[in-house]
Amino acid sequence: MASVQSKRDQPWLMRTYSGHSSAKASNTLYRTNLAKGQTGLSVAFDLPTQTGYDADSPLAKGEVGKVGVPISHIEDMDQLFDQIPLDQMNTSMTINATAAWMLALYIGLAQRRGIDPRTLSGTTQNDIIKEYLSRGTYIYPPGPSMRLIADTINYTVKHVPKWNPTNICSYHLQEAGATPVQELAYALCTAMAVLDRVKASGEIEPAAFPQVVERISFFVNAGIRFVEECCKLRAFGEIWEDLTLTRYKVEDPKLRRFRYGVQVNSLGLTEPQPENNVQRIVLEMLAVTLSKRARARAIQLPAWNEAMGLPRPWDQQWALRMQQVLAFETDLLEYGDILDGSPVIAAKVKELIEGARKEIDNVESQGGIIAAIESGYIKRELVGSHMNRLRAIESGDLKIIGVNCFQETAESPLTAGSDGAIMKADPAAEQGQIDRLRAHRTKRNDADVRAALQGLVDAAKSGENVMASSIRCALAGVSTGEWGDSLRAVFGEFRPPTGIDIAIDNREVLGKKDQVTELRERVASTGSAIGRPLKLLVGKPGLDGHSNGAEQVAVKARDVGFEVVYDGIRLTPQQIAQAAQEEGVHMVGLSILSGSHMDLVQSVLQELRSRDLAGVPVIAGGIIPAEDAEKLATLGVRAVYTPKDFNLNTIMADMVDVIRECNGLNRIGSLH
Amino acid sequence: MTRTSLPDPDQLAVRILRGERAAVAGGLNLLDNKLAEARNCAARLLASLSGERWLNEGHLVGITGPPGAGKSSLVCAMIREWRLAGRSVGVLAVDPSSRPELGGGALLGDRIRIKNSSQDEGLFIRSLANRNQLGGVATEVWPMSWLMLASFDIVVIETVGVGQTEIDIADIGDTVCYVAQPASGDTIQYLKSGIIEIPDIFAVNKCDLGAAARKTASEISRSAPRQDRREDWDYPVCLVSATMNAGIREFHEQFDRHRKYLARTDLLRGLRTRHQSAWVVRLLKEEFGTLGLELAGGRAGIERCLGDNASNQFAEYERIRKHLLSRFMSVNPPSSLTRKEHSDEQATV
Repeated sequence: MASVQSKRDQPWLMRTYSGHSSAKASNTLYRTNLAKGQTGLSVAFDLPTQTGYDADSPLAKGEVGKVGVPISHIEDMDQLFDQIPLDQMNTSMTINATAAWMLALYIGLAQRRGIDPRTLSGTTQNDIIKEYLSRGTYIYPPGPSMRLIADTINYTVKHVPKWNPTNICSYHLQEAGATPVQELAYALCTAMAVLDRVKASGEIEPAAFPQVVERISFFVNAGIRFVEECCKLRAFGEIWEDLTLTRYKVEDPKLRRFRYGVQVNSLGLTEPQPENNVQRIVLEMLAVTLSKRARARAIQLPAWNEAMGLPRPWDQQWALRMQQVLAFETDLLEYGDILDGSPVIAAKVKELIEGARKEIDNVESQGGIIAAIESGYIKRELVGSHMNRLRAIESGDLKIIGVNCFQETAESPLTAGSDGAIMKADPAAEQGQIDRLRAHRTKRNDADVRAALQGLVDAAKSGENVMASSIRCALAGVSTGEWGDSLRAVFGEFRPPTGIDIAIDNREVLGKKDQVTELRERVASTGSAIGRPLKLLVGKPGLDGHSNGAEQVAVKARDVGFEVVYDGIRLTPQQIAQAAQEEGVHMVGLSILSGSHMDLVQSVLQELRSRDLAGVPVIAGGIIPAEDAEKLATLGVRAVYTPKDFNLNTIMADMVDVIRECNGLNRIGSLH
Repeated sequence: MTRTSLPDPDQLAVRILRGERAAVAGGLNLLDNKLAEARNCAARLLASLSGERWLNEGHLVGITGPPGAGKSSLVCAMIREWRLAGRSVGVLAVDPSSRPELGGGALLGDRIRIKNSSQDEGLFIRSLANRNQLGGVATEVWPMSWLMLASFDIVVIETVGVGQTEIDIADIGDTVCYVAQPASGDTIQYLKSGIIEIPDIFAVNKCDLGAAARKTASEISRSAPRQDRREDWDYPVCLVSATMNAGIREFHEQFDRHRKYLARTDLLRGLRTRHQSAWVVRLLKEEFGTLGLELAGGRAGIERCLGDNASNQFAEYERIRKHLLSRFMSVNPPSSLTRKEHSDEQATV
């Protein structure tokens, strides 16, 4: 037994994606998790921090401390890592548009604590490209965003050599509907665009360029089709090795290794019978661990109840224990690659590589990933794939246990507790953070702050690397909103194609044909009865950028005959109410996934009332716990749709009935 | 029968003239409403609003051009200039509908491209689906643009850029602008088609592309002189970049210059009279068919009658419409048509 033990491979880094309410509360959680055997940290930031706003900005209302920890300045960063030795910790930060800033705060903090930045290790996600396709926490247009990525890479390669400055994400592509081939192709195209940009900056000596290539890591998703997923990761490794050699002339095989971290699939987690998510998560973990050659460097698992709301500490502990059982109890780490030599695996890997190479060539022929995003090509492909998946679920071709088959269930003791089996972010956290920020502002030296910000603006304009001036800002006590606004003034802000105006052409009609025909008749006849075609406003209030759900609903509503107004993400309740008025819509649909639904929906309802639009029905969709759905109903929300309502035809029929009721017509009832 | 009640058209007109946003929104809803009683109410509303002002004041601007030329971002940049100059702006943005057999729905995505993130009470945007009407502009755009003109200094109509058939825009705008995209075959196609005859101002967007943009601009300048070319207007071709904010001010000044030119040469009144007549005829035909036009004195008769009442064409429209309704419904005297609608201020339909 002892000899076997000594031959075991080192397990991967074990993390849990976490952070909420405040730096102080998150620090407590981190130290608890580390005490339970977690070996790295994965910081979740709240949306104001991710999109470069201070906690007291009007756009931040209701979002502070919701999906992660608010970090407004260096004192917050200090509190977040209180009693955690930065030189011994491996910290992953899920941060993109403001990655350069969070990294500057982290480095600034290390300097203040007398720690050599050369000892810091960890990862900033810093893949802003995928933010335009999914997730949506971009700030600046693609050009300046690429420049920020390049600046962090150029800086860390020289000054923080153990840091992974960017984590190219195929994760979010899968969440947006990508097939394995699309994931491979678009992630690798993004990596090439980043490397090409760094090379073009000329900041790195050609001889040192292989070190840059070595620092590029990936962040990958693993879905339930775990055999194919495992093959996908082997394919990733093979293409990367080849690409780094042929395109970037990196000779040393060690510098060409495909290094990746994983968060397994959240898209496939279900709200009905949520306990089934446990086995889904375990199987998905196998996909990224079975093959030694393609094993993840770091794994974070979602909690079983993520589709219901914010996980509790115990739920996160359960997810960590899954990793520990696999790493320490099973014999997986005692063997070499157990899939080598399997003809089935080899054939599947080959098929994926061929598909990916073809799609890479296709994107390159369009001028590369940035051009293909700007033209709308990538988004169109992803929306198409996502539609196919939804259609397969609706038709039952894609089976999801407990959702579209085997729905019968005994009552679950897991969800019976009084807390609804989820945690609530501290409602007082927002005001606390605002007070703390305002107090901080009075304590700073204003002249230092002004000079540091001027330095940042000068660097941004001149093209000089912004990292050094950002670290000066961090040490001077500059806030996240000030950093974000200074660069907004130089770079401008990105207003994206919404993905739906692109999806308008030749998109196949979703769902069962007969139901769609029936829906179209209902939409048309209801419009005739009311006097004009039914018009729907799809709104995304707040800072949450996960627009896939809103886009699917908008496209589906268009397909069944609605005239749909969709204004994209990041709208204030006031803007949504104003749009409802100007557009004369028959219904307002709100999509919120950040957990801020109570605040935001109430604000929208109030804004509508102040414009005499109380009669316009409001519906809401998102990750909304049952208890909150009831509260929303008493506030006047006419319907709440959650992940368990996966059938878009049913949702559409219900929406038509809500409009009918609000206009004195009878409900028609469910579809045939 | 729906629960929602119709507004009192005369009161609504007063509120629209006062610039109340809720009233403008309610009025637009009413003009879009096809129920018979709503049509009566809408005709009354237009009659209440109409007057000398609709022949002399404000500025109706039409923007057209191929898909992807950047019309919306250019409109956004122009709105910024108008707002800086203290003028209020109403926008009607027209997007395509899917084919009727595919449900006839539409995705209206222009607001996001036109709007700045900040709140602005002097800007009002309504998106419209073209509802499969040829010409790129829905019938509803005509009355809606007049209604907006009662409330805003500038009314911009941005049309769907789907092909070469969007000539209708010529029947709406005082000033029509064509937005071209450099190095695009579309522009050459447009030059060959009838649309080159229509614009008063040309913009070549994305001028940051340099040589390609200059080439397109010179192609437009050299294109065949139009038949009805006005000798005293120069048909400027402007190089602009909406994203880089280049050339916008110079471009923008052309609109004011054209508006002043129309007023100075007394062309505006005739243009608007013609546009309003065309619309009235089109609407009467839509509601009552060719037979209806005959009963009302034939197309030429109607146009003469409208021309005689130039400053009050919509009152004339309401009169003709009532006359036709009574002819069509003579078995059932149309007492209900003249009944005063009950005055509910709210117009949510």
